[in-house]
Amino acid sequence: MTTPATLEALKSQFGELATSEFRGDTRLVLSAAQLPDVMGWLKNNRRFDLLVDVTCVDYLNFRDATDRYGLVYLLANTITAERITVRVYVNDPNPTVPSMTMYWQGANWLERECYDMFGVEFAGHPDHRRILMPEEFTAFPLRKDYPMQGRGERHNFPVLERSDA
Amino acid sequence: MAVEPLPDNVMVTKLDELASWCRKNSLWPMPFATACCGIELMATGASRHDIARFGAEAFRFSPRQCDLMIVAGRVAMKMLPVLQRIWQQMNEPKWCISMGACASTGGVFDTYAVVQGIDRFIPVDMYVPGCPPRPEQLIQSIMDLQDKIQREGTIGGAEFDTAQRQAPKRALVELPVYGQTPYFNPNSPLARNVARRSPS
Repeated sequence: MTTPATLEALKSQFGELATSEFRGDTRLVLSAAQLPDVMGWLKNNRRFDLLVDVTCVDYLNFRDATDRYGLVYLLANTITAERITVRVYVNDPNPTVPSMTMYWQGANWLERECYDMFGVEFAGHPDHRRILMPEEFTAFPLRKDYPMQGRGERHNFPVLERSDA
Repeated sequence: MAVEPLPDNVMVTKLDELASWCRKNSLWPMPFATACCGIELMATGASRHDIARFGAEAFRFSPRQCDLMIVAGRVAMKMLPVLQRIWQQMNEPKWCISMGACASTGGVFDTYAVVQGIDRFIPVDMYVPGCPPRPEQLIQSIMDLQDKIQREGTIGGAEFDTAQRQAPKRALVELPVYGQTPYFNPNSPLARNVARRSPS
């Protein structure tokens, strides 16, 4: 639940921002350039001290979608239980957003997972590596244009036979 | 010179059969349990099903002390190098049971991240169907494996292709180290194995 006071303060600080509401939770749509300022302000002035999740949605072939990737930042204030959702849309060929690790240390692994699965780059991330897939893996498997059964990466292991050991 | 009859406490047999008899009744399982099959594997080892009746109660988590690898559960692509290394660390003679649908075929996880049957990458002696298999099924597979060891086993391990086995543990040296050796390097000496069993 986002309080009206937060929305008023946002408006006076940053002007009119695109928002929408669903069941009492407010969604704030930002551009990648606005992200560091607004997120830092939300943390330091409105005490959104917990970054609950960073995840991503691939809108390829999604009806009425205009952007390819939609990042989702879920913020919470652990004192007042206030919550807010921040969305950022990025596109190919170089989907990049600023890293939020400077405000929330917990963003480190969440952003690595987004990078691993969707190939979204997080500029300024201190440890920009894959987190789940093997380091040699080349694709981004949760993109909608990646086939579920893979592109044969799993077959490139050595085959051990009885005589090998 | 007359042949004296053997005393009652002497039995005549073949050395191979004696060795196989010893081996089959003292299997030491290496539980490679990654999913729900592991729970059934634990049930098999517990008092109700009591795998000790078949001489296989000594589970060891060190591959150096084991001769029966029981792969229970799906194996992720990232886990496969670990599986192969553990298999290579086990002393011979050694056997492998692929327990459950996922270990045998990938099961319902027909995705980029899951190995579609461990027999694509390591040798397997027994397959246990089921999702997960009942402990009775695993016990049956152990009994079948005992049969197999008794029938085919030789004291020198001839059934395991000994000529090449005697060579230095070449493959152990060549096995890529996670994070250091690229798996997808076509010039790796292990590429011959990839070529031999072409992807399907």
